[in-house]
Amino acid sequence: MSHLEVAELPLFSRRDFVKVCTAAAAAVGMPAWAGEKMAEEVAKGRKPSVIWLHFQECTGCTESLLRASAPDVGSLILDLISLDYHETLFAAAGYQFEDALHKAMTENAGKYVLVVEGAIPLKDDGIFCIVGGQKAVDTLQAVAAKAGAIVAIGSCASWGGVPSATPNPTGAVGVPAVLKGKAVVTLPGCPANPHNLLGTVLQFATFGTLPKLDDKGRPVFAYQRVIHEDCPRRAHFDNGRFAKAFGDEGHRQGWCLYQLGCKGPQTHANCSLLPFCEVPGAWPIGIGHPCIGCTEQGIVFNVPVHTNLPIEKPTAPMAYPTVGSGKGEVGAISAGVAGLVVGAVAGAGYVASRKLSVAVKKAEGAAKEKEDAS
Amino acid sequence: MTARATPVQGKLLTPGVKLLLVLWALGTAAGLYRFTQGLGAATAMNDGYPWGIWIAVDVVIGTGLASGGYVLAFLVFILNRGRYHPLVRPALLTSLLGYAVAGVGVAFDLGRYWTMWRIPVSPGLWNHTSVLLEVALCMMAYVLVLFLELSPAWLEGLAAGRDPARARLAARWLPRAQKALPILVGAGLLLPTMHQSSLGALMMMAGLKLHPLWHTGFLPLYFLLTAFIMGFGVIYFESIFSSLAFGRPLEHRLLARLGRWVGVVILVFLVARFAVLGLEGKLGLTVSAGRLGFFFWAEVLILLAAAARFLGLGQEGRPDRALQAALLAMLGGTLYRLDVFLVAYDPGNGWIYFPSLAEILVTLGLIATETVVYVLLVRRFPILAGISPAGQPTVPVGLREGVTP
Amino acid sequence: MTLTRRGALQALGAAAAGAALATPAEARTPHRSAPDDLGLLYDATRCIGCRACVTSCREANGEPRDVTMMAGAPYDAPVDLNGHTLTVIKQWSDGTRDGFVKAQCMHCADPACASVCMMGALHKGPRGVVEYSVDRCVGCRNCQIACPFNVPKFQWTSAAPQIAKCELCRHRWAAGKGPACAEVCPRQAVIAGPRSELLAEAHRRLAATPQAYQGGVYGETEGGGTACLYLSPAGFGPLGLPPLGREPAPALVESVQHGIYQGFVAPVVLFGAFAVMAWKNRAAGQGEEP
Repeated sequence: MSHLEVAELPLFSRRDFVKVCTAAAAAVGMPAWAGEKMAEEVAKGRKPSVIWLHFQECTGCTESLLRASAPDVGSLILDLISLDYHETLFAAAGYQFEDALHKAMTENAGKYVLVVEGAIPLKDDGIFCIVGGQKAVDTLQAVAAKAGAIVAIGSCASWGGVPSATPNPTGAVGVPAVLKGKAVVTLPGCPANPHNLLGTVLQFATFGTLPKLDDKGRPVFAYQRVIHEDCPRRAHFDNGRFAKAFGDEGHRQGWCLYQLGCKGPQTHANCSLLPFCEVPGAWPIGIGHPCIGCTEQGIVFNVPVHTNLPIEKPTAPMAYPTVGSGKGEVGAISAGVAGLVVGAVAGAGYVASRKLSVAVKKAEGAAKEKEDAS
Repeated sequence: MTARATPVQGKLLTPGVKLLLVLWALGTAAGLYRFTQGLGAATAMNDGYPWGIWIAVDVVIGTGLASGGYVLAFLVFILNRGRYHPLVRPALLTSLLGYAVAGVGVAFDLGRYWTMWRIPVSPGLWNHTSVLLEVALCMMAYVLVLFLELSPAWLEGLAAGRDPARARLAARWLPRAQKALPILVGAGLLLPTMHQSSLGALMMMAGLKLHPLWHTGFLPLYFLLTAFIMGFGVIYFESIFSSLAFGRPLEHRLLARLGRWVGVVILVFLVARFAVLGLEGKLGLTVSAGRLGFFFWAEVLILLAAAARFLGLGQEGRPDRALQAALLAMLGGTLYRLDVFLVAYDPGNGWIYFPSLAEILVTLGLIATETVVYVLLVRRFPILAGISPAGQPTVPVGLREGVTP
Repeated sequence: MTLTRRGALQALGAAAAGAALATPAEARTPHRSAPDDLGLLYDATRCIGCRACVTSCREANGEPRDVTMMAGAPYDAPVDLNGHTLTVIKQWSDGTRDGFVKAQCMHCADPACASVCMMGALHKGPRGVVEYSVDRCVGCRNCQIACPFNVPKFQWTSAAPQIAKCELCRHRWAAGKGPACAEVCPRQAVIAGPRSELLAEAHRRLAATPQAYQGGVYGETEGGGTACLYLSPAGFGPLGLPPLGREPAPALVESVQHGIYQGFVAPVVLFGAFAVMAWKNRAAGQGEEP
């Protein structure tokens, strides 16, 4: 009955706990039995050890993790994962704190999950980010060497994010650029949705596997589709109803934000399906702002917020062509030229035949005169 | 009337030719646009009207107007009317050029033009039910036949040339060419009979998409008859205009005697047209077809006017009347063929077509090229008969104004 | 001389008469559909216009989207079949009702496109599918003129254009899959199968709820029979299907042409007659009058 130990914790009943796990599993697209299995694993005391490193970032991803409501951060930290090192959340400081890192690294060598938040500066030998006397790039390489799985959370860790925006003074890059050749799960987003992290970590802890990734290392379950495909305002797009300016009638009516620069059509993320912190509508499009493409390298911090992007996968409008819907046009210039040609041919024919007639009459007249004269 | 054909000689770059060269340049530019930007960009053709003026005008009407060689060969060799012989060579030349232009027009029009060469060399792939295949093969063969039919002219031209080696060669081949002529004439008569009628059969397949006033099983017969009508018209036109342009005597007496043939052919066409409409119970459509009814009656009235003029030419035949008759016959035949291929063709679903500027320019460029080559060849080779040696105009000077070669 | 002239006119007359007198039944046996020909049954009473068929067709055939700007935004909005759209859903209305109709190749038993195609680029393949082989196509577009349903489409904007039309997803057969449109239809408004079974199913539906349908089964006899069959609540005129008779489209042309060119006898005879007369009248060819 060892698993009941968990269930008897004051915070949770076992029933609640299974519910949390099932919800976490469901949130990341895993079946309910996966949640139950997770609960069992956790109950057996096999909580995944997580080491969390901070580099060049704003801590927004951590902030957003702290605001996760189901499971809430308490249950997350205490029950679902074993957060062994986190620079923001730990009360400890100084050498004591650094010891925790080394202890976690040795105790769970080859098994712990390394979560990286923030970009790594490489310019000038990487001196722009030093924690505990060690450069970010060195820390990352040392901790990654013994990690069982590496997760880059947020756009900074995934591909450089804000610090890498032009002119990129520190030469900031993402984790995959530093750990070349290693499997890195990237969860871009500014911030990333904590549920995507939770699902990834739990899958690793429970099954020892990583979710299916796309060519940019993003879990397919969260980043396969673009925002546009599952947007709550999609019906307005399909019907051609667009907000043209902030505060106009269309904007107030909740119409499509595409013409205000929405990057949804090219942004791969599941924001529209998995609300942040379980609060419906708590994301840019939900509050009437166009998507800025925060998960996409090359869009956010690179393309102005109000610039229109082409639609990557155009779909059918709500309007249908009718049965008689052929096309074709009469060009004004070509019609004019055709008219000129026809006119010229007709005119030439008429003039030639007139002149011939006149000449013939003249010739006949001359012949007659000649006859008369003779 | 056994005037020998002689080269016209004279300067090549007349103002008229210069104008034609401008048209040629414009057409070439438009052609380049088509080959670099594709059919969709250059033409107004679309999925409703997959055939535009490059087919309807350059090929269907162009070869109709190029039927002069066909009808004259018929007249001279089959009906044994030797007196029309002076008209044969120029008629064959216009036919050759007309068909060559049609071939070039097709190359512009084909979407996969670089595979064109495979048609004649892939008998294993030939689809024997394809009317277009028959038309294509016949036309290709006919261009060759026309060239060979004209071989006496080429050889005589070479024989009279300055290069002695070429002259000897030409002198040796001339009698052989004469001997082969019956075979060539046979082919030169059969091929147009086949493909000119098949041009009509092409549009039979359009079924409901072609207006019932034009759609009938008799389309092949009509196209054969319009080939005759247009071919005759062009012979007249060419004879009169070459007289005016190159200052040779008018052949109006000859033309006048030909007139009754033409008039009868036109009347046969018109009678057949109405008889078939009557048989098919479509006579009512001639008054109820609206806009298309106008085109139908325009065809009928223009051809009727042409027939009246041809039949009224009598023995003497005033050249102005003959010219009017010829122009009307050409116009009537042209209109009929244009109607069948474009005006009366309606794929439904609201599709429309009007040729684009590039299509018009290419067509004009092709016609200009044809005319320039014609002028070039009649100046160098013995095509036209009755050229006065000094090139002195033998028609009233007043006639020479306002005429473009 | 009179004899030769008369002979000439007779020969020509014979050719013209051949054109005039040939009747379809004598000259040509129409092709009929076989029971296991693959086809589609489209039921306009079931279609909800979701266009899943259009999307899955694109994916199955690797065709790009047909992007149109509407109200400042790009949409995949083909107005008709086109060079990259092999099936499309259109809206019809007969004044009182409206609904949807799917367009794609009808796969005629006796197709006009295959009849006119110069080198057989369009031809009947296994299971009655009208197939396209680009290596035999010269891009003449006669198929577009000939098809009574305006189905074959040309890639106007391509430098190496092809004809595009539905081939019933024959490239998927090897993987055990049928037409993609029928596979995804959420209401079975379009189903695929052997033509005989589809026809039986169509008649079963007609018999079960006769009041729901009008006009029978389109394609059972129309145009000589098609492998794609249609059921409609409002007849077939509003759906944009042409009122074809029982004769296949190639019947008229092919019988006229067969009449003229039967065994190539008439052309050969005509050529002989022309050549002989040209030889007899060679003096006229020199400009001498008899």
